[in-house]
Amino acid sequence: MSTSASTGMPALETRGLMKSFGAVTAAHDITVSVPERAVWSLIGTNGAGKTTFVNMVTGYLHPDQGTILFQGQDITGLGPREVTRAGICRSFQIPQLCSELTVLENVLVALAIADPKPPSFFRKARESAAEDRAMEILKRFRIEEHRGRLMTELSAGVRKLLDIAMSMCGHPKVMLLDEPTSGVAAEEKFPIMDLVMEALAAENVTTLFVEHDMDIVTRYSDRVLAFYDGRIIADDAPDEVLNDPQVQRYVTGTAPAEASS
Amino acid sequence: MKALSDIRVASLLALALLIGGGLALPDWALFLMTIGLAKALVSLGIVVQMRAGLVSFGQGLFFCIGAYVAGLMANFAGLTDIFVLTGISVMACLAIGGIFGPLLANYRGIFFAMLSLSLSMILYGILSKMNSLGGTDGLNVAAPTFAGYAPEGRALSLSLYLYTSFIVVAIGAILRTGFDSQHGLVSLAVRSNELRVEYLGASVRRTNAINYVISAMLGGIGGVITGLAIGHVDPEYAYWTTSGEFVFVAILAGYLSIPAVFAASIILELVRSFSNLYFPNTWQMVLGVFLLVIILTLPNGLGSLFHRRREGGS
Repeated sequence: MSTSASTGMPALETRGLMKSFGAVTAAHDITVSVPERAVWSLIGTNGAGKTTFVNMVTGYLHPDQGTILFQGQDITGLGPREVTRAGICRSFQIPQLCSELTVLENVLVALAIADPKPPSFFRKARESAAEDRAMEILKRFRIEEHRGRLMTELSAGVRKLLDIAMSMCGHPKVMLLDEPTSGVAAEEKFPIMDLVMEALAAENVTTLFVEHDMDIVTRYSDRVLAFYDGRIIADDAPDEVLNDPQVQRYVTGTAPAEASS
Repeated sequence: MKALSDIRVASLLALALLIGGGLALPDWALFLMTIGLAKALVSLGIVVQMRAGLVSFGQGLFFCIGAYVAGLMANFAGLTDIFVLTGISVMACLAIGGIFGPLLANYRGIFFAMLSLSLSMILYGILSKMNSLGGTDGLNVAAPTFAGYAPEGRALSLSLYLYTSFIVVAIGAILRTGFDSQHGLVSLAVRSNELRVEYLGASVRRTNAINYVISAMLGGIGGVITGLAIGHVDPEYAYWTTSGEFVFVAILAGYLSIPAVFAASIILELVRSFSNLYFPNTWQMVLGVFLLVIILTLPNGLGSLFHRRREGGS
């Protein structure tokens, strides 16, 4: 369990991140500094650059320009595996699970990989200590009753929770959640977020989550980054950002209609 | 601990069955079983890779290397002890697999299959042109000895069969342990979702490279035994149709069960023998129809009859 004392250094910092896909600029001068244990949300319309930002930080995409620092160390250019090993984990908008494995086996895989030693050919995956630990994680996310099920038999909410539970096995210091409640039934959204945030807070994990539901944004985050057209157009407390005219116009669509001249 | 004792019990039962059956079998069946079991080891190598989502079409490479190394050692270095020959061949396959494994582990799907095939065809081409190694005619291989024991006739067939049985049971037990291990579970995860595995912090390339090396060693052991049982090695061991047969057995068996691979290999040898006898020019057609029926009725192979992926199973 991560119980390290605060270093005073930002948990995650990006400086001038740029990313283009042909003529489309998906990220333009993204500069943020996320303090330890912060819970920030990333909002914006589709194509605004939120997932590009998450993909760059987690090593799936390499920025064309700019620097990514994790606890002061430059991690720009590292791949997903190295970034994960460093302590930054993520979940996915479409949960990335191992479809041929049961729920329990998915967590056992995550635990085996989280072990500092490479997965061994001679160490049993299902030894009782590992199974106990896996069950503990499933119980924390209240999905233990699904342990024997395959992915095709799970609801969207359970898949989301399993995806996040697997990422938590590596005891991350920073977690990026890509739309943790998308595709989930309305009545399940808050219970899921409660479970996830409780688990992350228990391990003092700095959290950034991409979200479209403003009720969730205001309830769970202490700061909001609003993206539009590859840029951050607002960066402040949730109420401030949601009342920002630019955000209302370009992100939330809540700006009052302009009087016709 | 329970799983370990289960493997031990299953291994002892399998060994007893193989030894008992071997003593009762006629010579022709003893030979057929030896070849079937030896070739099953080669197909088992493909199954190891199939568990991580890759299929090698070049398993003949290691089958051939194993057989030729044993043949050359026997003919030119005077080494006839089967234990020594097996050891040297496995080391040779380990070394070559160690070179090509990390390279091929960068590729997936048809690219991996075709690259592995091209390596075996290169070996086929080299051996076919090397007259010093017998060219396309290959080499005859001296009969093996067993730690100083030099049997002949039925005793030789039986000794080879018993040696093969011991190897098969030992490797079956080791691989079962490996399939149930952390590495085995991660291999299955790689098969399902490589991106997830990388985002958990494991190297998909490393997993595939390890599986390739394991499969190389298995191919080598199968090659040694086959070469010694037939008493002859030739470049056909590396030819694409030979590799195709190993893939055939792997698909027939599926990736779920180890005994299914041995069963599938023996079935192939039986179908080949009897089809050759009764339908000499159409045995491939019989084989094709057989495979078609299996794919349509058991898409996960014969192994899915006994082993389903569910809680508690792997």
